Amino acid sequence: MKILVCISNVPDTTAKISFTPDNKAFNTAGVQFVINPYDEYALTRAIELKEAQGGTVTVINVGEADTEANIRKALAIGADNAIRVNAKPTDAFFVAQQIAHYAQEGAYDLILMGKESVDYNGFQVHGMVAEILGISAITPAVKLDVNGNTATLEREIEGGKEVISVVLPLVASCQQPMSEPRIPNMRGIMTARTKPLKVVEPVGAEAKTIFESYSLPEKKTGVKLIDPANAEELIRLLRNEAKVI
Amino acid sequence: MSVLVLIECADGQVRKSSLETASYGAQVAQAMGTEAVGLVIGDVPVDELQLLGRQGMQKVYLCNNANLKDFVPGAFVKIIAQAAQTVNAQVIILANSNIGTAVGSRLAIRLGASLVTNAVALPEIDGNTFKVKKSVFSGKAFAEVVLTADLKIIAVKKNAVDIIEQEGTAEIATLNVDLAAADLIGAPQETIRATGEVLLTEADVVVSGGRGLRGPENWHLIEDLAKALGGATACSKPVADSGWRPHHEHVGQTGITISPNLYVAAGISGAIQHLGGVNSSKVIVVINKDPEAPFFKAADYGIVGDVAEVLPKLTEAAKALNR
Repeated sequence: MKILVCISNVPDTTAKISFTPDNKAFNTAGVQFVINPYDEYALTRAIELKEAQGGTVTVINVGEADTEANIRKALAIGADNAIRVNAKPTDAFFVAQQIAHYAQEGAYDLILMGKESVDYNGFQVHGMVAEILGISAITPAVKLDVNGNTATLEREIEGGKEVISVVLPLVASCQQPMSEPRIPNMRGIMTARTKPLKVVEPVGAEAKTIFESYSLPEKKTGVKLIDPANAEELIRLLRNEAKVI
Repeated sequence: MSVLVLIECADGQVRKSSLETASYGAQVAQAMGTEAVGLVIGDVPVDELQLLGRQGMQKVYLCNNANLKDFVPGAFVKIIAQAAQTVNAQVIILANSNIGTAVGSRLAIRLGASLVTNAVALPEIDGNTFKVKKSVFSGKAFAEVVLTADLKIIAVKKNAVDIIEQEGTAEIATLNVDLAAADLIGAPQETIRATGEVLLTEADVVVSGGRGLRGPENWHLIEDLAKALGGATACSKPVADSGWRPHHEHVGQTGITISPNLYVAAGISGAIQHLGGVNSSKVIVVINKDPEAPFFKAADYGIVGDVAEVLPKLTEAAKALNR
């Protein structure tokens, strides 16, 4: 089985979010970048499937050279090889065009990624890749098994779950409890250095959206503390002052 | 020309999030000087759909057959695309739900549209260009996104826009779409419903517990208060990771994002990843025995105290309100 895992390079989830003085771009100063946590669930599930059934795991990232540290991390965790599409990811449409192009070239059975990235929260690339390739997409999947040429998934819906079987090839987006992310071990880190990382040029595609400017939410004015001995007072305030109950 | 709104229903009723998207769609249509048209897929009574006139829907198309009881991704995309063509839609409005985001991305490719998800405000319309404010960085910031294609698709974040209530009855029409076997791939074989609970993503009130509860044996304190307030329960990541509660209740940056009117956090310190999932809630209450817990900085109301003592008092007071 050939599995392609799409990874996005995102600010660490503890990073303080700020923007450049003109509010046109994310301020990367002092920010550490990690593999998008939802993509890590996809990556570890792909590696588990490979370990159980054989096959290869390829990771793909659309990004400039500074994303290679996280691509190497994915290789250290257990992916076999990697593709970096050498371009700044401008929007989901652009990224999906790149992934679909190289996915088609590699004829993968399974294309996995996170349900969204924790930076732009798009929820878009999986469905777009599937539509371009003309194959099914199941999103968001919380469980994935493969038996022969059929995948069985659990898809989360508002207020429950669905069990779905689909014949491969397939795109699935992942969220917890899909898998338990792994920390690379020393042997993995050593072997990752020599695993193939192919850098390819982007295919022509125009973005369909422009991220024009950014802003931060308004700061809270300050917490109103209530004496724990008089906790009932809180309920009164929520009814009469905040008017939310 | 029109604005097409996908209306999601459950158990024959329009979902609250779709009352929001209908209201949003009606306001977009009004700003564009055109009409707002709803689309319902599945088995929903006509009189329930006529009520969408109150949210400004002039007309609602109903597409129903035996294969459409559940969400079938390919069939839904085909039906929405056909409806968009039928009503000559310039804008398609979806909820930022598991259904809305699943169909939105496919429609954007199929119809050559610009797509924005997680929208939190009405678009600024300038000729053929829309600018839409969306939530980014998991609730920690906003971005203004410009949509340049002729057709625009907007997925609206839950609880981000108000529901309009006005006089009106929507006209109901039938939409027939031929579905082939290939369109039904991905239909669920089995649906496991969480029963008897308020839906977390649509709840007005959410009561959430963290490690400060000390163990699953105290979880009933969260459930009791949630019940008294008519709300849903949620939990922090450590609680889901240690198996006290299912993962679908984990709110935070790597779980789900919610924006209720009232979020009560009991025994949760307020790590930045957790705040990301809840900080667009209208009012935040924090109960924690540690006065230095970072969550107090993001809270509107706080109680410094032991959750095991405070929660029962709140539950009693909430019950007293309902009497």
